[in-house]
Amino acid sequence: MTIIQVIASGLLLGAVYALFSSGLTLIWGMMNFINFAHGEFVLIGMYIAFLVVTYLNGGPLLFVGTAAVLLFGFGIVIYYGLIRHVMRGPILAQILSTFGLALLLRYLAFFIFKADFKTLPDTIFPGTVNIGGIFLGMPQLVAGGVALVITLGIHLLLKRTTIGSQLLAVSEDRQAAMLMGIRPDRMQAIAWGLSAASAGVAGALIATFYYISPTVGESLALTAFVVVAFGGFGSVPGALVAGLLIGVIQSLSAYLLGPIYKDIVVYAMFVALLWIRPTGLFGKAA
Amino acid sequence: MFRFGIIVCAAFLLYPFFLPDDFYGRMAAEVLLAAIGASAWNILGGYAGQISVGHAVFFGIGAYAPLLIFTKFGLPPVVGVPVGILVSTAVTVVIGLPTFRLTGHYFSMATIAVAELIRLVISNWDYVGAATGLMGPAVARTWLDLSFRSPIPYYYIFLAVLACLLLLTWHLQRSRMGYYWRAIRAGERPARSLGVPVVRYKLYALLLSAGFTSVAGSLYSLMVGFIDPESGFGILKSVELIIIAALGGAGSLFGPLVGAMILVPLQTMTNSLYGGGGSGFTYIIYGGIIVLLARYEPGGLLDLWHRMMSRRAHRADVAAAKPHAS
Repeated sequence: MTIIQVIASGLLLGAVYALFSSGLTLIWGMMNFINFAHGEFVLIGMYIAFLVVTYLNGGPLLFVGTAAVLLFGFGIVIYYGLIRHVMRGPILAQILSTFGLALLLRYLAFFIFKADFKTLPDTIFPGTVNIGGIFLGMPQLVAGGVALVITLGIHLLLKRTTIGSQLLAVSEDRQAAMLMGIRPDRMQAIAWGLSAASAGVAGALIATFYYISPTVGESLALTAFVVVAFGGFGSVPGALVAGLLIGVIQSLSAYLLGPIYKDIVVYAMFVALLWIRPTGLFGKAA
Repeated sequence: MFRFGIIVCAAFLLYPFFLPDDFYGRMAAEVLLAAIGASAWNILGGYAGQISVGHAVFFGIGAYAPLLIFTKFGLPPVVGVPVGILVSTAVTVVIGLPTFRLTGHYFSMATIAVAELIRLVISNWDYVGAATGLMGPAVARTWLDLSFRSPIPYYYIFLAVLACLLLLTWHLQRSRMGYYWRAIRAGERPARSLGVPVVRYKLYALLLSAGFTSVAGSLYSLMVGFIDPESGFGILKSVELIIIAALGGAGSLFGPLVGAMILVPLQTMTNSLYGGGGSGFTYIIYGGIIVLLARYEPGGLLDLWHRMMSRRAHRADVAAAKPHAS
């Protein structure tokens, strides 16, 4: 019974992983660009939730919405201010740009909020739910559910709407897209906005049941890399499946081997995967 | 140019004689140490163009080896230096070979994952002191312990190592190896199609780079006498090596030294202003510098300097040519 409990919590955590990883995979698939600051985008979402709850006494709708809107704007600003200028430059500049951004954001958070762990009051989504003997915390349930819906939403946006087709067109062939009257810069800015917004929403959702500290973004970013690598670079459905998978693997290894192994197992699998199949478990061949 | 070189060498050799106190001596030693680490990274990341964000692995192995040799066997820590190089080489062959199948962003991402994996293992491994780390000899038993109160001996040891490393790099970059590295950096597939044995030469770069990074780690723990997983294997160590090299100019011989001469004093200054690593202020500055560098001067400061010099020379030429033209 306990093992089913562990798997169920793993699935809920995995849904949130899937949400912020889908943002990372979107950028990677569109632009061949890895955003090393993605974990810090999640971090900003967490701190926005913290600030809204603490100072405005806002509810979940308000802080999740605020995180989504602010990070959408932030993503666009980052694209126009930084990414656009480095994305066709040398690879060192590409890697340094978002790496530096990650460092800057992480330690700004450190400077402003200090190193101590912060948590949201557990009255936001109170209680637990009992489904046939499996107890699931309300915050995890809400976060997992919302994350699942939004991830599917991003997938549908890409596949079923005009904006989605335009985004994919730019990633397929920039020049051909321009000839069709699509502005690549604008589409890529939207992609960065969407990516950052999904990270922000994920952060705000995680904050309801997870501690908030400046360094949490680092381990979340690594988790997102793992999810993206497993799901195939650029594939949102892949990120969804891989996110759930990684969530379950983490929970299981923490339960069966001990808490310190939850990251060790996942990183080891990641390294092994990159060696064996660099395009990801579900990715198409390069 | 030759005269300029002699003046710079003399300045480095004589610098300790003009010190007001040990504070500046220690800082100078730290500058040289940072330059060794960054120059070592520069071989792989700068010349061969493989951006490793996991070099802390080699730094950590190098830093742990001397103190492990001391605490477990009571031998002088300096014995650990070759041990560190050997272990780093072994790790290079085991981990480096499969990782080299990855290129570009994938390679960087894999190096981060490997480094974090090893850091986690080290911080949970009791034999190497787990999260608390290892201590060196409290008091030097013989001079072989290389534990000095004054920073001056360290300064000269570091200077000698740095000189060897730069000489070797200078020699290699002019040789066939250097051309191959630059070809690989410019594009792996074209290089391979022109007959460059890509994997073999990338591995040479990694071996050299890892070996010297390990030496930098060993020198660090010899001077500081203490190491823990975060300061040895932490991702910030890798980042520090990269930013120092990139600030001066990745892929240029003296870039890392220039970067170290700017960043280390800056770090000392912000630490004394804002009280150590506690506030994280140093890393805000680091992050800001990296972003600005990537956005405006990806070639580094030396590149900027060369461009300014050639523009000035060009203007001088134009000015000299003018009377004839009119």
